[in-house]
Amino acid sequence: MAVTDEPYLPGLTGGADPADRAGWREHPARMGFFTDTSVCIGCKACEVACKEWNDVPEDGLNLTGMSFDNTVGLSGTTWRHVAFIEQIAPRPPEPEPADENSGPPSDALRWLMSSDVCKHCSEAGCLDVCPTGALMRTEFGTVVVQDDICNGCGYCVPACPFGVIGRSEVDSGAHKCTLCYDRLDAGMEPACAKACPTQSIQFGPLDELRERAQARVDTLHDQGRPEAQLYLENPENGIGGAGAFFLLLDRPEVYGLPPDPVVSTRALPTMWKHAGLAAAGLGAMALAAFAGRRR
Amino acid sequence: MTAPAQAPAPGDRPGRGRYSRRNRGERFMVPKAEFQSYYGRPIIKEPVWEVPDVPGYLFFGGLAGASSVLAAGAQLTGRPGLTRVAKLAGLGGISVSTVFLIHDLGRPARFHHMLRVFKLSSPMSVGSWILSAYGPMAGAAAVADLAKLLPPTGPAATLTARAAAVAGPPATAVAALLGPAVATYTAVLICDTAVPGWHAAHREMPYVFVGSAASAAGGFALLTAPRAEQGPARRLAVLGSVAELAARQLLERRLGDLAEPYHQGKSGRLLKTAEILTAAGAAGAALTRRTRIGSALSGLTLLAASALTRYGIFEAGMASARDPKYTVVPQRERQQARTRLP
Repeated sequence: MAVTDEPYLPGLTGGADPADRAGWREHPARMGFFTDTSVCIGCKACEVACKEWNDVPEDGLNLTGMSFDNTVGLSGTTWRHVAFIEQIAPRPPEPEPADENSGPPSDALRWLMSSDVCKHCSEAGCLDVCPTGALMRTEFGTVVVQDDICNGCGYCVPACPFGVIGRSEVDSGAHKCTLCYDRLDAGMEPACAKACPTQSIQFGPLDELRERAQARVDTLHDQGRPEAQLYLENPENGIGGAGAFFLLLDRPEVYGLPPDPVVSTRALPTMWKHAGLAAAGLGAMALAAFAGRRR
Repeated sequence: MTAPAQAPAPGDRPGRGRYSRRNRGERFMVPKAEFQSYYGRPIIKEPVWEVPDVPGYLFFGGLAGASSVLAAGAQLTGRPGLTRVAKLAGLGGISVSTVFLIHDLGRPARFHHMLRVFKLSSPMSVGSWILSAYGPMAGAAAVADLAKLLPPTGPAATLTARAAAVAGPPATAVAALLGPAVATYTAVLICDTAVPGWHAAHREMPYVFVGSAASAAGGFALLTAPRAEQGPARRLAVLGSVAELAARQLLERRLGDLAEPYHQGKSGRLLKTAEILTAAGAAGAALTRRTRIGSALSGLTLLAASALTRYGIFEAGMASARDPKYTVVPQRERQQARTRLP
């Protein structure tokens, strides 16, 4: 199995499947996560399982005052993060139905809980900008950092539109979720999905997960939960489709997620065009400077 | 609580305040937008790049790149003094820039991993290759020029002089051709990120960087070159400063509300100071033709201005990354525009 550095050029290299595009000739179906936050109970088993399995270093035991979230966010040393939001539940759109099972009563306090993870974008900003080839596309369509290659330049960190990847203070290298590459290789599911007691984190071939997610959101709508919405399920979004998508009960930004992420590399041709013109401008300024009087 | 319209919007609780905007004349693009966040936490990650490493890398790279262009022009037009200082600025600038770049790496001992691959999709990869081609050329050009200082006695000296005469001109030419690339690729590098204050400025940033680089190179030559040969440096400094100031106006107009970090806080103060120094340095360069000390002071002012411009732009990007409103509000607006115009 050759490890390939993705020769991806926005607008130039086609192909819907990122593993194909990266040069994998024979590869399994694209695998990913569907995180159904409507059944998340905030137990943080995913956070613990991830740290345990991947041997991710401890990165602080602090009390933040952000509800039960003392993890704060994803980073080089946190690859799963459970968000906790306390809010007043939205009112049902129609007059209160008599049926008690048709959604939370109005003005009730509700807890939103959501386990966040790397999105394994089809057009991954981190992978695009990595100058060493440390970030690579696996045969499963996921994005993985090769720690023995990474030189800690940190370019991937601001390139991620979700703020997922981080440079670890422990070893100064970039790290993030690998979708448990080692477990996938052995035919097992990722540690977080395995540990999730409510099947909020579902793992599988991406196509299958999309169908399952659509069915789930339809069910929730039928049950009088119009606020249920899929996030990043569209393969034609600004990141070319995500390998991890979500069912949310509020706007993405409420969970700390960007509402309409677009990978910055899509603008790269425009950027180089202007850089080229600017470089020519420097030549022109120099010509003008020397064209004047001789003194 | 009587009217349903007063029921709190979902997600009201964790959001710390709304994105309220002041009406700022022509920069006012859209009506007040609602803004929610997760406990006010940033959405994207602030770059881990440090000060002075990265602003220094940007500034010295610009100084070097534009100086190499100046050096070639000076050599072609027979200005040996200007040629020498410009070549030294090229070599010195790129050396300091590279040291800053390597020092900023988390694992500096692996800096050579940058040259494992060539990736067109990574401005840092493209830049590393540009630097590897440019650096030795700028170095050879400067060393060949300094070889002229050796006493012309003995066979070794003759050989050195001959080698310098052969290698010098092509090295000078290649360095001058690559110089503009060195001065501009860093603009693409910072704009190819999710940092809102940089990415939204990706069309204008290269012009700002080139102007700032020309202004710095001109400034360095005003400070160090013999007065009789300073003419082109003076003109380059003025042209560069004007270009930089004009491009910054365009950039800030394009950014609209996202230009806030370019005006406010620490980054705003840095950029205001940079603007004043650039204007003052350019005016000084244009007006102090007759005095050695006036030229030197103008040159020094322009160098400081260019360094502050890079520092200010760096900090403006950091500030825009820290506040989630700069990420959320433009994305919401983009989404709304898309649904309005299918």
